[in-house]
Amino acid sequence: MGFSTTRRGFLAAGAGLTLGMVLPLGTGRAQVAAAGPFAPNAFIRIGKDDLVTVLIKHIEMGQGPYTGLATLVAEELDADWSQMRAEGAPANDELYANTLFGAQGTGGSTAIANSFIQMRKAGAAVRAMLVDAAAESWGVPASEITVKAGVVSHAGSGKSSGFGALTEAAAKIPVPADPPIKSPAEFVLIGHDLPKLDTPGKTNGTAQFTLDIYRDGMLTVLVAHPTRFGAKVASFDDKAALAVPGVELVRQIPTGVAVYARNTFAAMKGRDALVVEWDDSAAETRGTPAMFESFRKALDAGALTVEEKGDMSAMTSAAKVIEAEYLFPYLAHAPLEPLDAVIELKGGKAEMWFGCQFPSIDRPTVAGVLGVPVTDVSINVLLAGGSFGRRAQGTAHLAAEAAEVAKAAGRDGVFKLVWTREDDLRGGYYRPMTVHRFRAGIDAEGRILGWENMVANQSIMKGTAMEPMLKGGPDNTSFEGSTGLPYQFGARRIGWAQMESPVSVLWWRSVGHTHTAYAVETFLDQVLEAAGKDPVQGRLELLPPEANRERGVIEKAAEMSGWTGPTRDGKGYGVAWAKSFGTYVAQVVEVETRDGAPRVSRVWCAVDCGIAVNPNVIRAQMEGGIGYALGAALHSRITLAPGGEVEQSNFHDYPMLRISEMPAVEVAIITSDADPTGVGEPGVPPLAPAVANALRALGGERHYSLPFVGATA
Amino acid sequence: MVTLRVNGRDHDLDIDPETPLLWVLRDELRLTGTKFGCGIAQCGACTVMLDGMPRRSCVTPVGMVDGSEITTIEGIEGVEAEAVRSAWTAIDVPQCGWCQSGQIMSATALLQMVPAPTDEDIDNAMAGNVCRCATYVRIRQAIHDAAKTLEG
Repeated sequence: MGFSTTRRGFLAAGAGLTLGMVLPLGTGRAQVAAAGPFAPNAFIRIGKDDLVTVLIKHIEMGQGPYTGLATLVAEELDADWSQMRAEGAPANDELYANTLFGAQGTGGSTAIANSFIQMRKAGAAVRAMLVDAAAESWGVPASEITVKAGVVSHAGSGKSSGFGALTEAAAKIPVPADPPIKSPAEFVLIGHDLPKLDTPGKTNGTAQFTLDIYRDGMLTVLVAHPTRFGAKVASFDDKAALAVPGVELVRQIPTGVAVYARNTFAAMKGRDALVVEWDDSAAETRGTPAMFESFRKALDAGALTVEEKGDMSAMTSAAKVIEAEYLFPYLAHAPLEPLDAVIELKGGKAEMWFGCQFPSIDRPTVAGVLGVPVTDVSINVLLAGGSFGRRAQGTAHLAAEAAEVAKAAGRDGVFKLVWTREDDLRGGYYRPMTVHRFRAGIDAEGRILGWENMVANQSIMKGTAMEPMLKGGPDNTSFEGSTGLPYQFGARRIGWAQMESPVSVLWWRSVGHTHTAYAVETFLDQVLEAAGKDPVQGRLELLPPEANRERGVIEKAAEMSGWTGPTRDGKGYGVAWAKSFGTYVAQVVEVETRDGAPRVSRVWCAVDCGIAVNPNVIRAQMEGGIGYALGAALHSRITLAPGGEVEQSNFHDYPMLRISEMPAVEVAIITSDADPTGVGEPGVPPLAPAVANALRALGGERHYSLPFVGATA
Repeated sequence: MVTLRVNGRDHDLDIDPETPLLWVLRDELRLTGTKFGCGIAQCGACTVMLDGMPRRSCVTPVGMVDGSEITTIEGIEGVEAEAVRSAWTAIDVPQCGWCQSGQIMSATALLQMVPAPTDEDIDNAMAGNVCRCATYVRIRQAIHDAAKTLEG
């Protein structure tokens, strides 16, 4: 991030926020309005009541940034945790960019990683200002002042104060450009299980999400989308829809036909009453089996080499060659709050309220649709009822649809766009369906001489605002995790065949690793079995000496499980690990037969994410990632019938994991002084392969097709 | 005209009696703690108490509950509800939070009927409440914790 030493402009209409500045600042002085809170930088506000509110630049969708980023600020501010509050920062590229993206957005499990220094500097700067303010008003040297748990004190004079009483004086102090921050040994909050700041509102119904926004005169809007991907509206008849009491308008927009009503039920009935003819001339009409067949044919024809090491001709001397093919279905993210957005048009300006995950893409997209300057679009980023990647849209399709809805109304007003569960499951933006092919050769001693892995799937980034990041090269998110493996194979070749379809695809919690970790870690298990090696020991032997963090998590998970091999007391045990988004996670899964059917009973999980900012949140993300991955492995697939219509529609045929299926989970966090990395996604990749390996250990067949319950093709 | 008694207050509403209770609570009464997740009674995010029993409000036509006592997350009280909420907060059960009102309603109803539930009781009583973040480990723990506080 390019730090600026110049003063930034006033933050537009931030509630109570008087002045926003990018950190660190040179000679700027913070200002405090007569009645407003102390707002020394874009991230921190301190009220006269001592409450410290941190504006969180990352969307809170359950993964914990409200708590995590506030912890970083509180640590350097030496605040008491009980005085900390968090609220979502609005869309503003200049102030709230993800320092790893250079744009405002949440993804890739980067929230803590990119904020670790920035938020601490923000806190440290304000602490220094409060200390200087106290020193001036008490007439004592700043060096003699201490700050602890929200209290500024001077031992010599016996004076002390909370933060609030010092804000007026602190506002006159120059903002330090580069304040010193603590060494890890000095941390008092980082590394502790602090209560999450968003928990209370999520246990009493007061937490406000997009669907909870109601504004005067607001119309609720449902859109009839095509039944096939790539189809368009040919014609429609709105007579019956407009006859539904409460329905006010029907309009064609680029993505379908929008029904505007005075309440949600009327919008639903109105949409049901709509008659739409679709133009399917550019639509996907293949069914899932035909698509898999074309993916296979593509791999028959060859694939672009994306990684190559060593000489694959070594395979010719192999004592045994093992081959396998894996099929992965499309997956819907199915966040429990379906997609929704509120947009208000007034006098040529737009204000939005929604779970906006990529403000830097959504905001200009909306401005483009409405034909107004970006500065005339403001976005309030709200809590999101889950995302798992679904709200992180390189196409900004939801924000764009909301803007089209508002524009098509042809007048000022407030519009709440709501997707139903059926819209969500049938609406695309799926985890790409994927075919993996493997070939490995081992010698008589079981050493892996060569390893070949070919992947066929659609690109996630192509055709979106993020395509320029590919610089014309292959889309790494399609095969990440197949590439970059630390295992010491004699030779390797990884290839990718890019598939095309009008079916839209998107990152799904852990992206490429959702399928690569499964394919790699189950195929490796099969190879180790053929080589007569133990799954844990065999993996450790393949790691190079410098792979300490990989070894650390595998050994820890094995130790927690009391690993003695793939079977023990009639139960099956499987291991898998993956490095994703900089974080190392290994899991051992126990599968037992209960009432004649296999059941995942326990999971031991070891995670190395560098410095553990909030262990409670890390454990929660591992538990949740395990459940999310298990649900997909057991149940989930989106399939297209011949003709191209999605066969699933709601949770009766796209089942969610339920509490009775949730295993006991034990999480160990590896102690580390490395810079922190993310935890939102990395709990997901190892689970399904570890389950598959445990099922095999229990005497079952290996699973080459997901989900386990029912084949995908 | 439909008369609803919600959280101890009466409301006379001129509304299509087919309207699901969920949308009446949200769109008309602005009690937004009750959530929409599926619309077909498959996820439990819309769970409310109807005459003391958990009910999926998304498939309950408002005309059918004329005169019933309805309690939402905003109005639920009593020792079981308090124990559940405290246990939920103590171990930070929620992640995204969308399903949690429904989870708390179902957990409270369970403890009202079975003060010391087994894991199997919990599996049965909570089977209709999906948590997409899979906070199930903590939901189970919090219900056991709440049961313990009720014992003492």
